[in-house]
Amino acid sequence: MIKRDRLLTVSAYIFLTIFAVLMVFPFIWMFSSSFKDSGEIYEFNLFPKYPTLYNYQYIFNYSLFPRWFLNSLLIAMITTISVLFFDSLIGYTLAKFDFPGRKLIFILILSTLMIPTEMLVIPWYIMVRNLHWMGTYWSIMFPGMISAFGIFLMKQFMSTIPNDLIDAARIDGVSEFGIYFKIVLPLVKPALATLAIFNFIGNWNAFLWPLIVTSSPEMYTLPVGVAYFSSENSMSWELIMTGAAVSTVPLIIFFLIFQKQIVKGITMSGLKG
Amino acid sequence: MRLRQKKILTAYVFLSVPLLFFIVVRFYPMVYSFWLSFTDWDLISPKKNFIGLLNYINIFKDEVFMKAIVNTLKYVVFGVPAVIIVSLYLSLVLNRIKKFQGFYRLLYVMPYITPLVAVSWVWKWMYQQPPIGFINNLLTIFGIDSQPFLMSTSQALPSIVVTTVWVNLGYCVIIFLAGLQTIPQEYIEAAKIDGANRRQILWRITIPLLNPIIVFLAITQSITFLRIFTQVYNMTDQGSGGPLNSTKPLVLYIYQKAFMSFDMGTAATATVILFGIIMVITLVQMLILNKNIEY
Repeated sequence: MIKRDRLLTVSAYIFLTIFAVLMVFPFIWMFSSSFKDSGEIYEFNLFPKYPTLYNYQYIFNYSLFPRWFLNSLLIAMITTISVLFFDSLIGYTLAKFDFPGRKLIFILILSTLMIPTEMLVIPWYIMVRNLHWMGTYWSIMFPGMISAFGIFLMKQFMSTIPNDLIDAARIDGVSEFGIYFKIVLPLVKPALATLAIFNFIGNWNAFLWPLIVTSSPEMYTLPVGVAYFSSENSMSWELIMTGAAVSTVPLIIFFLIFQKQIVKGITMSGLKG
Repeated sequence: MRLRQKKILTAYVFLSVPLLFFIVVRFYPMVYSFWLSFTDWDLISPKKNFIGLLNYINIFKDEVFMKAIVNTLKYVVFGVPAVIIVSLYLSLVLNRIKKFQGFYRLLYVMPYITPLVAVSWVWKWMYQQPPIGFINNLLTIFGIDSQPFLMSTSQALPSIVVTTVWVNLGYCVIIFLAGLQTIPQEYIEAAKIDGANRRQILWRITIPLLNPIIVFLAITQSITFLRIFTQVYNMTDQGSGGPLNSTKPLVLYIYQKAFMSFDMGTAATATVILFGIIMVITLVQMLILNKNIEY
């Protein structure tokens, strides 16, 4: 019996390792190709014989990648800060204030989760055109400034904070905004971190809306830039792979730092309550 | 009484900006899309003519739209069972080991957080013809003829499904693992004492207890596959959903109608249809999972 268990465990590790290789291989192939020159790219080597940094030099010196990188960083950061602020404030209000219409407002906010972005992009596009926001950062950012899922998450977390704590602060004369900012926010830091990470990744990777609303290459975000750059250079696969690598590296670093939170966040998104 | 009124006022002040946001950026555009679907607007002309249900009648006569609907359903029908079965199996095996569990999970989830555009181009490259494409080179080594993959009307859609399954696998594995870890160990111990074998434990205890999670994943993954766009846009030539529309999903149809032919009425009609499908799926989810949702 014990022998059979050991055999099962060993085969489990072998199976999991084979799968892990399948999952990681495209990344390895992407990175190894980004160090190949335009001749070796057509060769079937896993590791380049003559590794070169030329592709990276090209991307950083002769393309708009640095600009796209900054665009994405700026957009992801600003929307994330906005989402953190508004979602926690709304979550707090819905969890801890008793006022007429509370349930209705919560249901209305949750119901927007059902609306697919695809249904909203045409009206958003018309709004952006009519308001002459075309080609601005604001036009890319505005639809994502508040997130309904984040509100749900925040409300769930803030419901667990004892009311006595809040009442005590109120008696001590702390202002309502002060209670939210100085007492409630520090207590939900883990939830805030999760929300921040997911929002950042989501905005960093967003494609459809930035594709619709950016018309000049200078304003592209990284994903739109990679798509544009790749179709322009469809013959130079070594450059395309370098571009893809450049858009992936920050996320991998991000991922390695926040892996625990990411796993926790995915779990939370699936198993509510 | 005064304190209570003050609190109510504070609540409304806190909520004012977000409520305005939800009305202007979510609800109003949704209604606007509905309304556009009853017009023949082309983005340029100043007048939007009300044409009733004409768009809805015409769109079902549009061969490309019907093709896009069929393709979208194919993405769901091929992709969702594949991603769920593979991830369920992976998580069962992963749950059996003690060491390196987190490490494997980490590797599996990496594609999920990577920019989909980057993923699409890497896979597009791996699908290329020899001597460029990695997969075809590999096939040649094993003595198998090289395949056209993205160039073929019959293989392109499954190729994109494989990429999408690869992307979403890790997400499902994490959810399944979390579910597996909530199953009380006593149930399994008790079954073992009663003489149940592994297979019986799996089918009689583990899978029934995972049922809510399977339903949840089936529904959320269906919505993910229904909204497929970025992969197809980046993996097919000039983002056309080719060859010969064989990979074009609904969202790409919407994108082309709205932002390439400026046929806003038809595009809005297609978005309403997508919304309808997603709403039905979400309502089904709520009905099935109702017992597990507590607000």
